[in-house]
Amino acid sequence: MSAEFQQKIHETLADANLQLAIYTATGRLKDKRVENVAPDVLPDYQELRAQANAIKKHTIENLDYYLEEFERNVEAHGGKVVWCKDAGEVSDFILGLAKERRARLIVKSKSMTTEEIDLNESLEHQGLESVETDLGEYILQLAHERPYHIVAPALHKTRYDVAGIFSKNLHVPEETVPEKQTAIARAVLREKFLAADIGISGANFLVADSGAVCIVENEGNARLTTTAPKIHIAVAGIEKLIPRAQDLATFLKLLARSATGQALSVYTSFLSGPRRAGAGEIDGPDEFYVVLLDNGRTKLLPDRARRQSLYCIRCGACLNTCPVYRKIGGHSFPWVYSGPIGAIITPQFMGVGHEPGLPFASSLCGACGEVCPVKIDIPKVLLDLRSEVKKAEAREGHSRLERLAFRAFAWVMTHPRVYAMAGRMAAAVAPASDGGWIRHLPAPLAVGPLKAWLSQRDLPPPPARSFRDLWRMR
Amino acid sequence: MPKRVSLFVTCMVDQLFPKVGLAMADVLERLGYTVDSPEDQTCCGQPAFNSGYRAEARTVARHFLKTFESAEAIVVPSGSCTSMVAHHYAELFHKEPETLARVHALEKRVFEFSTFLTEVAGVEDVGARLEEIVTFHDGCHALRELGIRSAPRRLLSRVRGLELREMTPAEECCGFGGTFSVKFAELSGAMARTKIEAIQRTGARTVVSLDPSCLMQIQGACSRAGLPIRTMHLAEVLASR
Amino acid sequence: MSRESILHRVRTALGRSAGDPPAAPPPVRIRVPESDREARIASMMARVEALAGQACRTADPRAAVAGMIAGKTAVASNAEFLAACGITDLPCVRSGLTDRDELRAACASADFGITSADYVLADTGTLVMLSSPQEARLISLLPPAHIAVVPAERILSGLDELFSLVPDPAAVSSSLVLITGPSRTADIEQILVRGVHGPGRIAVVIAG
Repeated sequence: MSAEFQQKIHETLADANLQLAIYTATGRLKDKRVENVAPDVLPDYQELRAQANAIKKHTIENLDYYLEEFERNVEAHGGKVVWCKDAGEVSDFILGLAKERRARLIVKSKSMTTEEIDLNESLEHQGLESVETDLGEYILQLAHERPYHIVAPALHKTRYDVAGIFSKNLHVPEETVPEKQTAIARAVLREKFLAADIGISGANFLVADSGAVCIVENEGNARLTTTAPKIHIAVAGIEKLIPRAQDLATFLKLLARSATGQALSVYTSFLSGPRRAGAGEIDGPDEFYVVLLDNGRTKLLPDRARRQSLYCIRCGACLNTCPVYRKIGGHSFPWVYSGPIGAIITPQFMGVGHEPGLPFASSLCGACGEVCPVKIDIPKVLLDLRSEVKKAEAREGHSRLERLAFRAFAWVMTHPRVYAMAGRMAAAVAPASDGGWIRHLPAPLAVGPLKAWLSQRDLPPPPARSFRDLWRMR
Repeated sequence: MPKRVSLFVTCMVDQLFPKVGLAMADVLERLGYTVDSPEDQTCCGQPAFNSGYRAEARTVARHFLKTFESAEAIVVPSGSCTSMVAHHYAELFHKEPETLARVHALEKRVFEFSTFLTEVAGVEDVGARLEEIVTFHDGCHALRELGIRSAPRRLLSRVRGLELREMTPAEECCGFGGTFSVKFAELSGAMARTKIEAIQRTGARTVVSLDPSCLMQIQGACSRAGLPIRTMHLAEVLASR
Repeated sequence: MSRESILHRVRTALGRSAGDPPAAPPPVRIRVPESDREARIASMMARVEALAGQACRTADPRAAVAGMIAGKTAVASNAEFLAACGITDLPCVRSGLTDRDELRAACASADFGITSADYVLADTGTLVMLSSPQEARLISLLPPAHIAVVPAERILSGLDELFSLVPDPAAVSSSLVLITGPSRTADIEQILVRGVHGPGRIAVVIAG
């Protein structure tokens, strides 16, 4: 793994306050999820998961068809689809439109896709003001930080951190009570909503038969973002498509429960185009755009075993349940997507060489796959990526010693007498023990894996005789 | 029902925890099985597979196939090794139809120990006695890949004098994860310590599991922390009289 | 534009050609449970209250609303049901707004937004609101408190029933919003705070 990855993990593990914050916050979300998908609460949970998986599989396998259907229906309802292959094209489009409409102020609701392409940065670089309106994202925007968690972005910030961030950036007196902090943000952002020229949102689902975007939230900022300004732009990855509005009866039952344990989040918006002034609709945007983003998603399509990585509905359940995420947190990961889903999509988007240690930063416990509402087999993809990392390393001549070690392993394990002898030799050089576990090894032995093991735990004392020897003696 | 079973003790039991293998044999013989343990056995190949070295894993797997192909029933004191053979061998050989056919034939005859007792031998009471307060650690492969949850608990419930206390939270990884435990040692250690805290909250002094690798991780961490908590493999509990 | 190149990449990856029909999708899964109206009403009210909303059932919705708004200012939607209940001619209630800017200004300064709802979902305590000349979007969004007055027969069992009655919301309106409880966040130390951007107080009045 890279030194950077190792260092970030180490720093996070060493920060006791952060450890507690991550563990407690994810623990709460994890427990709420379990409560709300329990058999007495959601008896058809497993059926719904199977259905969601089947719908996503079908949609991804026929993605071109659904993309075109979606576009036709968006246009039929007076909206426009903008196809963007990368971050540059998205910002070119938005900047171009902003210029044409003389727009200066943009409000944004939560969208991991826009984090992925650093949209705010490119808009601000061109002199636009683009304000995050989700409370957690707003705090992070002021602090110039990346989200820590897909659903709970400011999980790592205490109220004291927030007090400092607000007083420094908003020039208000320090306020440490969360309700009051929220009220401060509400007041500031309300003005922005009502003055904004453009509202940019993400989309949890793109509904092909309706040309609609479906947005799920708790605060109301996405509703305001998509209702108050005259222009609404929804930015979404091409994989967000589902075939039919009626499929939401399946997905909506899974999403909020998996994310936060709520039966439904507070607001679910189903938006199909600009305000229909002709039909007498009173408010809503005059212009409606859906940006369909590739940005590498098409790279994940060809491999049949790995394309399930695109089924993700960004609920965050895998993060909350992952014993590794719950220790190393979101900022240890090299990209905006963290946790188990981040671990499988990052190497696929960026190449396995981007962070070769990433697929290995897992004990393969399988908890993620068990909680995924769309049944992505995350452990399987991790194993597959590990194999790809090793093949790449072989080609490039890295990790020679490890490769040699595993070749030796394979040879020893196919030569039983050699294996038995190797076992006896290891037992012979092990320090004498009274049966107690071993705390230290003499310097020549305390290397590599043994040293790493001993840094955290004791070693079992090798027995005088192996099982095979004892069995033979029976 | 096969009257003869072959033990695949696993390399870890063979080299580090031989008593587990003997205990398993003991329990099975008491149930009337003839037990053998093929001399040529070594490893299931999981360390190579999990580390991304599939060719090397295949080499070891072929040896396993050869060694155990003629066994009537293979009993294994490990969830992760059983899962490797029963679930992942098919993946390893999906491009070799002939070997794949042999794998599929073998898959049906490989059993994790507690599963063998409850589902093949059809017993829950093996006549064991152990006066202890224990807690049970569900190893992740056994739990999630093999779906084993109630079998070990049913067996433990029939051990005379035994009190089982469940951990909260339950079903959390101990942090072993094979080479993960040394590649990400600090992280693995942190996960082990969280597991130990859960164990301590039960008040139990003994942790029981189906997987020797989990037991090694947990016991190693307890020992390092100076805690008087010991681990026992399920087989050792069931062999106690 | 990148439309053609993206579609081309998708098709190449999937082994599909332009114009290929899709495989048959998994059938829609809609299971509408049996439930009687009384059970639905009770369930809905319990759910709203569990979310810290207010729920009541009354034969006199006008009085109930009057009590709630008690001298504060309110903007009411143009829903016929509200007019029929006499709510729109309560003192301090402004209604009949059709100009977007006027409506926004009124909502931004009102203490209450009063609407009806197209449906209510019993199993989650959810209001279903379609944008129309009768129901503007901002009324249930800008004011700090929201009152929804709904006739009992509009209560459905849940999402499945909604999507079986309204399989094509886009045909009906540009906006369908499901409202389940008051606006909330737990972004700061996981502490629950209500009324972040949307209304922090919500009341559902079931008439009948």
